[in-house]
Amino acid sequence: MVDIPYEGIRGIPPAEVPDVELYHPRSWWTRYVFSQDAKVIAVQYSLTATAIGLVALVLSWLMRLQLGFPGTFSFIDANQYLQFITMHGMIMVIYLLTALFLGGFGNYLIPLMVGARDMVFPYVNMLSYWVYLLAVLVLASTFFVPGGPTGAGWTLYPPQAILSGTPGQDWGIILMMSSLILFIIGFTMGGLNYVVTVLQARTRGMTLMRLPLTVWGIFTATVMALLAFPALFVASVMLLLDRLLGTSFFMPSLVEMGTLSKYGGGSPLLFQHLFWFFGHPEVYIVALPAFGIVSDLISTHARKNIFGYRMMVWAIVAIGALSFIVWAHHMYVSGMFPQFGYFFATTTLIIAIPTAIKVYNWVLTLWRGDIHLTVPMLFALGFIITFVNGGLTGLFLGNVVVDVPLSDTMFVVAHFHMVMGVAPIMVVLGAIYHWYPKVTGRMLNETLGKFHFWVTFLGAYLIFFPMHYLGLLGVPRRYFELGDATFIPSSAHSLNAFISVVALTVGFSQMVFLFNLAWSLFKGEPSGGNPWRATTLEWQTPETPPGHGNWGKELPVVYRWAYDYSVPGAAEDFIPQNQPPRATQLAQGAAS
Amino acid sequence: MSAIILFLAVLAVIAGWWLSQQRLTAKPWLEEGPVGDFPGGDAMVWPAAKVGLGVFLAVASALFVLFISAYSMRMSVADWRPLPVPRLLWVNTGVLVMSSVALQWSYVAARRYDAEGVMIGLLAGGASAVIFLAGQLLAWQRLGAAGYLVASNPANSFFYLLTAVHGLHLTGGLVALGRTSAKMWRGAEIAEMRLSAELCAIYWHFLLLVWLVLLGLLTGWTDDFVNICRQLLS
Repeated sequence: MVDIPYEGIRGIPPAEVPDVELYHPRSWWTRYVFSQDAKVIAVQYSLTATAIGLVALVLSWLMRLQLGFPGTFSFIDANQYLQFITMHGMIMVIYLLTALFLGGFGNYLIPLMVGARDMVFPYVNMLSYWVYLLAVLVLASTFFVPGGPTGAGWTLYPPQAILSGTPGQDWGIILMMSSLILFIIGFTMGGLNYVVTVLQARTRGMTLMRLPLTVWGIFTATVMALLAFPALFVASVMLLLDRLLGTSFFMPSLVEMGTLSKYGGGSPLLFQHLFWFFGHPEVYIVALPAFGIVSDLISTHARKNIFGYRMMVWAIVAIGALSFIVWAHHMYVSGMFPQFGYFFATTTLIIAIPTAIKVYNWVLTLWRGDIHLTVPMLFALGFIITFVNGGLTGLFLGNVVVDVPLSDTMFVVAHFHMVMGVAPIMVVLGAIYHWYPKVTGRMLNETLGKFHFWVTFLGAYLIFFPMHYLGLLGVPRRYFELGDATFIPSSAHSLNAFISVVALTVGFSQMVFLFNLAWSLFKGEPSGGNPWRATTLEWQTPETPPGHGNWGKELPVVYRWAYDYSVPGAAEDFIPQNQPPRATQLAQGAAS
Repeated sequence: MSAIILFLAVLAVIAGWWLSQQRLTAKPWLEEGPVGDFPGGDAMVWPAAKVGLGVFLAVASALFVLFISAYSMRMSVADWRPLPVPRLLWVNTGVLVMSSVALQWSYVAARRYDAEGVMIGLLAGGASAVIFLAGQLLAWQRLGAAGYLVASNPANSFFYLLTAVHGLHLTGGLVALGRTSAKMWRGAEIAEMRLSAELCAIYWHFLLLVWLVLLGLLTGWTDDFVNICRQLLS
């Protein structure tokens, strides 16, 4: 038997890639629409996610109008309110944040930061986007079908999710499940690319411990998502069968609208286990890329190496692993076996340790740094504050005895918006201000950016901080109107009105941001290749925006880690990753 | 959910072993220098497609294990009535084993530069996989005719669901197999085909393994095992 060696079977990829290996677009369509270039796919992902995210933003305004001024707006009824909260939550968590961090930032940054020419499976990567777009279209179509979108809440708990009392029982729930299934299929295609690209396509010298933390965050989050999304897939398929074929996976026997339903014996708790087995890792699928990106923003804009790089990497991996054994802390009041609560409270509190390490390291990176209060830095600082705030209330809710009275109150809403709504969005916005010059070659307008930051940051705080007090009073979440409950003082109603006014203001300030994005595309100041004087590889491309294949003829070679800022004795206050050491330069000079 | 936790623990051990080879304790801020000065951390020696398939198999396994978790949780409810598994499934299992063997044959032939052997292996593997799928549909039809409808008992629902998910994965594999055969038919270099044949064979072995586990579950052979696990955990 003759053994034939594989082509290119070496640990180190060749410096020069023959032209034939690259995919070449042949027409306008394959260059900008059906493109296999990760950078174009990244922009497509980002634009689609932003578009559907704007729908969710408008839904939040409608909800706030109703909550702040109940009875004033006759065009919002109780069913619609439930549909708004459902769609707002589902879109924001899955179709916006997950897609933007992994599909958007992942696609753009992974190949550039690890020094690859593209993702390893470009065709599958393209399919990933088109399946995602289909999922978004199916989701959006539920607004136009008879009965409208589902109003089951973003957790879609059976039995109520598919019973006739819930709005969207005809089409909404079916299309929602179908859309989720499509999303997961599309994401799996993309996720395989992100993982294998980090594993296989790193350029010479790019060891794992020289990777920027952005790549570590996105990589770990992708691995988690690949393992967690199947749980949502299983739950969606089985709930869909319960709705369509009348199976009883989750549906217990019950009386529906006065008649005994066809269902029997199913376990709603099973759905909750499956849902939260996906749902809790999902929090970190959104948070870990944010952790990674914010580390790079802070280091770059404070001109200082990241404090405790190794700890940061270990903490990312530890959080990723731990997040799979905490899911039932979402189910303390579900009626599961009570002693499970003890176990899950313990694991939940343990996860605070690696998370706290990261927060300390960000703050210690800032300490005595040369802090430039650029717009990305402002958003990074805003992230640290909101994340610490949201994380601390997480410690409250992680304990069973504190959680039970606070369950299903506005306290929970305030907590998760702080920790996985506002905090990751701060990073998304900061990252857009940071990398927009690389994507377009132009800077975003700084004055508009600072206005955007201050309104968003202060506004988000004014919205969600008082909401904790509403929760402590016992104001429930998901209620269309509060009515005349004696335990809710009139000041709570005024507070609700205040929150609504701020929410609308913050919402409109995002329009300023969108205007900035469009205006700067044509009128922004040209940025040059490396406006932030950053070290990582994506800023060292020969062209800006990076051309086809990213690197021209030769791939970059990496000689150092990603955080050589303000190195004593260096000519500049940053040394790019691909700059050879002085000693080797001299040696080479002597040899030639 | 104990099945999926066990599965993740196995994955964590594999990932931990791999990470332990990656010098995660290195101090990168001290390690300035050219390639090769610092060992470890280079890309794996496997081709990207093989790593990609490995990652995909992990994802697909997670999916099946989650279905199995749901199965074992749901079967403990009192309304569970196991359905009689049609004899046909044993024939189908034999066909699937043959399919796997044929693809392994194809891979071995590719290592020997035997173009004809590769083609025969691929076609035989594909054909027997199609026969397997047809046999599964026939089993569905017989069960339906005998009154075991999808919604009449959760055991039935799981039977149809698990066989459908497995069948869909096999159908996806047939697409890849079809592309490989077409490339071979057009006269691609056999050295290039070796990797494709190997990946097809790996995927088929994986689906065979999944099928055997599912068959054990559906026929009730593993009931005792599942019960023991459940008692250990509670």
